[in-house]
Amino acid sequence: MAERLGCDVAIVGGGPAGLAAAIALRMRDVGRVIVLEREDEVGGVPRHCGHPPFGMREFGYPMTGMSYALNLRRLAIRSGIEIRTRHSVVALEPHGRLSVAAPDGLLHVEAKRVVLATGARETPRAAMLLSGNRPLGVINTGALQACLHLEHLQPGFRRPVIVGTDLIGLSALWTCLGHGIRPAAIIESADRTVARWPLGLFPRLVGVPMFFGSHIAAIEGGGRVERVMVQPQLGQSFAIDCDGVVFTGMFVPEAALASAAVIEIDRHSSGPAIDQYGRCSDPVVFAAGNLLRPIETSGWCFREGRRIGQAVADDLQGFLPAPASALRVIAGTGVKYIVPQRIFPQGPRSALRELQIRAVLPASGVMRVAQDGDVAWSKRMSTRPERRILIPLKRFLRDGRSGNFKVVFESSSVAAGKC
Amino acid sequence: MSLTGYAGSAERKLPSQGADHNFTADVAVIGAGVVGCAVARRMALLGAKVLLLEKAADILAGASKANSALLHTGFDAPPGSLELQTMQAGYQEYLAIKDQLNLPLLETGAMVVAWTAGEQAMLEGIAGIARQNGVGDVRPLTAAEARAREPGLATHLRAALLIPGEHVIDPWSAPLAYLTQAVALGAEAFFRAEVLAGRFEGDHWHLETARGHFTARTVINCAGLYGDKVERLCLGDAHFAIRPRKGQFVVFDKAAANLLATTILPVPTERSKGVVLARTIFGNLLVGPTAEEQDCRDLAAVDKAVLSALIAKAIDMLPGLDGMQVTANYAGLRPASENKAYRIRHEPERHWITLGGIRSTGLTSALGLARHAADLLLGTTLHRAPVKTQSEPTHVPNLAEHLPRDWQVPGYGEIICHCEMVTRREIEAALKSPVPPGDFGGLRRRTRAGMGRCQGFYCGAKLARITQGHFASPLANG
Repeated sequence: MAERLGCDVAIVGGGPAGLAAAIALRMRDVGRVIVLEREDEVGGVPRHCGHPPFGMREFGYPMTGMSYALNLRRLAIRSGIEIRTRHSVVALEPHGRLSVAAPDGLLHVEAKRVVLATGARETPRAAMLLSGNRPLGVINTGALQACLHLEHLQPGFRRPVIVGTDLIGLSALWTCLGHGIRPAAIIESADRTVARWPLGLFPRLVGVPMFFGSHIAAIEGGGRVERVMVQPQLGQSFAIDCDGVVFTGMFVPEAALASAAVIEIDRHSSGPAIDQYGRCSDPVVFAAGNLLRPIETSGWCFREGRRIGQAVADDLQGFLPAPASALRVIAGTGVKYIVPQRIFPQGPRSALRELQIRAVLPASGVMRVAQDGDVAWSKRMSTRPERRILIPLKRFLRDGRSGNFKVVFESSSVAAGKC
Repeated sequence: MSLTGYAGSAERKLPSQGADHNFTADVAVIGAGVVGCAVARRMALLGAKVLLLEKAADILAGASKANSALLHTGFDAPPGSLELQTMQAGYQEYLAIKDQLNLPLLETGAMVVAWTAGEQAMLEGIAGIARQNGVGDVRPLTAAEARAREPGLATHLRAALLIPGEHVIDPWSAPLAYLTQAVALGAEAFFRAEVLAGRFEGDHWHLETARGHFTARTVINCAGLYGDKVERLCLGDAHFAIRPRKGQFVVFDKAAANLLATTILPVPTERSKGVVLARTIFGNLLVGPTAEEQDCRDLAAVDKAVLSALIAKAIDMLPGLDGMQVTANYAGLRPASENKAYRIRHEPERHWITLGGIRSTGLTSALGLARHAADLLLGTTLHRAPVKTQSEPTHVPNLAEHLPRDWQVPGYGEIICHCEMVTRREIEAALKSPVPPGDFGGLRRRTRAGMGRCQGFYCGAKLARITQGHFASPLANG
């Protein structure tokens, strides 16, 4: 017979967002807050990261991802949160009922509110439909770092090709070099390093060959990777001999639980569609952190989790507006995603105070928020897909209007080297 | 790494490389694909001393590792053919033994769907052949009836033929169960044991392999993609030529399985059964295969343009797939030959049988082919001996999504692969099993670890740790 467990709030996922939400709830004196974490330890993806800078916002000084995860855990335990590791939520049903697989048996959790904070993961090679053979040695940054930092094992390669130059790509490079692995090359589809100056100088400083405006056309090798075929934007493809491939970045929200629970998933963000309180289409379910969109830093996720945790506390006290009255925010031309996707113009104590937006392409142009066809806000800007764009809600919310919002980015010039 | 470093009972008792093996087997089976595993089981059940020789590090390393995982009724097989006979015998035997071996069955039924007027005109002929083949429960469906059964199908569907008996099975646990049972009955399996030469002398075969010298009274060649080569190597000539035919597949996320219950088959062409849309026993939805001829017998590459075209075709049939995440893609090679029929050669004087040219129907027909081989041998080189009783019944772990999995039983330790809910207990059991995995692919096929939507993002490091020392080609080094 499965064990039954009642609580005020069940939090699914013990990464920065989930722990921050739990801590915020406890600070508001919400009684029983349980964090359900499927791994051996809470801390989330930062647990794998052996490099700084983590924790500036939360702890005031830079630390490695591992120390950060440890500090978060201590903070959570001090706050009186019940942490259950090796607990995998296998189903989320209406009214906050969770089925949880635990080593000692199945658990049924009945929570007044649920916060989903299941994070994001990198897109694997299969989902990219990449051509070629399927040898050993093709992994993501997450698996690479877990291998080196959590299991203290060398991945089975010494000269991999790294794909991607955003912060995650540089993190993979840093990790490799720190463990005597000398990447054969770095491949980047954009025309320059995606990470901003001065971090973007790092690969050049360590002398790893970089190929911009290029992508991997095929992976070759029988048992293990032997080479990759690289296709530049212009010209002939060429081979790079290597013994592994590390695909970095290209995150996708880990929304399997949410989508199986018939929670509305936004096709633009690939995460649950939420209102400015983090509330999903099932009003007892909230979502926070990188499950909402790919991806933000752990510091951002922590802050977001804290605010959404406070909103959950507000909701338990009956302060949040009825879910039916929200206006929709629709992503139009040129906009990759918008979070939140629903807004209450007169809603009190907003957890998310801005629209978080990314553009589809690197371009200069005008970002416009329209309500019922009338421009409510606009701004000329030059942006790139990896840059976060924030539009404060108070800038475009008008009293007495009830139409849906549409956000478009009309580009006047596309920047060179589109991604 | 030395061979003695491997765990697993089957590996541990193996003699070292190059040794002479001083027993004479009744039957040597060459090739540990689905046919070889089924033949080993049948011969062991008949009381024969069975030797299984496999070139790769594990079972199912060639054609059998990638197929559409369907259990076919034989409704569209050539009437009167051995293919039909063995498929129907295999189908019946699978149903008869599945509970005993703990093998799953997902009763989906199938619909041959006509999307054009030309295809629609062919449905009646297909129904006629089905009835001729003894598949009497096929039923024509109007477009409305077909869409009532599968509301997700595209509106340009014109008509369909329902074949209630076409089902979905686990393409990997079935052959694993066959070989596991054979081993329990005394069969010995040798991996990395490529047959390098063979000669028939007196009344038995001498086989030189990468693992030493073996002798056997009878050889059954189940070498799949190398069937013709093994035949030429041992008999001096080959009665057929393998022409590898590549099939690419795309596996959609488990969310897609809600969109379809019935297997969707196309109106077949002369060359291929065509692109199938089917649930997998693991809870995903699969589209494929393509049919592309190539020379290479070992490697099957996927191609982005072809995979994209498969996805487009799947969306065309089932529009709800638009935007669905892709979990995996793969390519397999079918051991097709210059002739559509199975290529069976029996040389009674030389104690030899080739079971060759077994294409996509092999998963269904393997058990029937094993019976056919036994019929050919019984009374000649093989004599029915009293069947040994197994001390413990063979029971392979269930991986089917619709049946209870290991994580539902307390005490599993921890879940290693979260996407597929694979427990540490399951992985450790597979590594210690009588037919342990010889490589990471083998572990994936036995447990589902790393087969899910994240493809190892979360579990890759833990799997590397758990499998340390087990594989000649490790995931990571200590």
